[in-house]
Amino acid sequence: MFDLAQTIYFSKVLMIGAVMTVKITFGALIIAIIVGFIMAAIRTYSKIRLLEIMVNIYVEIFRGIPPLAQLFIIYFGLAYAGVKLEPATAAVLGLGLIGGAMLTEVFRSGLNALHFGQREAALAIGMTPMMALRYIIFPQATRITLPPLGSYAIGLLKDTSIVSAIAAPEIMFYARNLVTSTFQTTLIYILAALLYFILSFPLARVVDRLERKQRAWT
Amino acid sequence: MSDILLRIEDVIKSFDELEVLKGISLELKRGEKIAIIGPSGSGKSTLLRTINYLEIPTSGHIYLDGELVGEKQVEEKFVRTSEKMLARFRAQIGMVFQGFYLWPHLNAIENVAIGPQKVRGISKEKAFALAEEMLAKVHLDHKIKEYPERLSGGQQQRVAIARALAQEPKLMLFDEPTSALDPELVGEVLKVIHELADEGRSMVLVTHEIGFAREVADVVYFMDEGVIVEYGPPEQVFEKPRQTRTKAFLSQLFSH
Repeated sequence: MFDLAQTIYFSKVLMIGAVMTVKITFGALIIAIIVGFIMAAIRTYSKIRLLEIMVNIYVEIFRGIPPLAQLFIIYFGLAYAGVKLEPATAAVLGLGLIGGAMLTEVFRSGLNALHFGQREAALAIGMTPMMALRYIIFPQATRITLPPLGSYAIGLLKDTSIVSAIAAPEIMFYARNLVTSTFQTTLIYILAALLYFILSFPLARVVDRLERKQRAWT
Repeated sequence: MSDILLRIEDVIKSFDELEVLKGISLELKRGEKIAIIGPSGSGKSTLLRTINYLEIPTSGHIYLDGELVGEKQVEEKFVRTSEKMLARFRAQIGMVFQGFYLWPHLNAIENVAIGPQKVRGISKEKAFALAEEMLAKVHLDHKIKEYPERLSGGQQQRVAIARALAQEPKLMLFDEPTSALDPELVGEVLKVIHELADEGRSMVLVTHEIGFAREVADVVYFMDEGVIVEYGPPEQVFEKPRQTRTKAFLSQLFSH
């Protein structure tokens, strides 16, 4: 039995979650790109051994532990330590740091693909290493790494579903609440899945287009 | 103001066990043009790269206009300066590389303007006006909007020269600027360098173009195995070399 009014109601509720899903995705993506790029730059250019070791520890820890466990540790662990974060904030932070560890490797291969002369030329005109990173290396590395960056972003959008576990009010959180109150399991989860698809499909198209544009540029 | 623009003082450079520069000293007067020649692996490019500290000397010191480059003296000791201080020195030295190293994500005028804009903090309009002027100087005013990939090697190298000129440097370094070019493109780059030399710019030129070195340089240095074997005015080094190693190198060059 299909109830249109109920379906519309479910969709409206889930849409509220969808807005949060998008916000969390963007927030985490920005943190992941910044953190990943800095870590990759340290791994590639730093001559300070201790820094390198710290980056390696970070990458290995975040790669080696399931995201859900990390989220719980960040959310409940910090709360235990007296730092009370909003679930959505903890989600952005957690997914951002997990993504940062993944993107460290992605950016590192991007940096390695750049000729060392690119950086040297920047230093030679009087840029500091930070300026060289910002104006010369970063723009090129992000273009080279655009394809893996794009698929990471799409994966991230879907992975935000796990943050419902710490009660961040995104699509799956609302879906589960609706299921508990109405028992319309199948319909609600299909609607939720549809919503994810509607969000990720255009993103995939944008990534495709950027990729094609990038190929024209190189 | 002293007459000496650049002083290289007993520079030694080792890579692990390998000593590439074995105690090099030289001086360049303001407005002077030095050419460094020598077989590959003689250390001439490494020497050039120590001048702006892209290569950090294992020992020895570099002075630009009387000031220590990359170091400062604290009591009797020499210590490395911050990257910021070092960048300030590098901004005064223009460098042209064998491989051009234009930035492919920027077009010609952006490649030239980004230095003035970001390093020297000049307004965007002024930086672009300056860049256009520099591109005109290297005869590329018709290519300002092109991306590097669309330029020939010779054109790319001329943009790279314009980029260095936009620093308004006290000293220009050329690291085998024509070695990566197809033979038919060498001339246009040498012509530009020649014009800069005629303006009375101070420059150090590492090159295989013996004929060009002879035309442009005030002093020619011949390097081999990390030492300066001999130096002097081009007529002397090329026509009456004193050292057997210099003679051997030159005769090998001309036997081809």
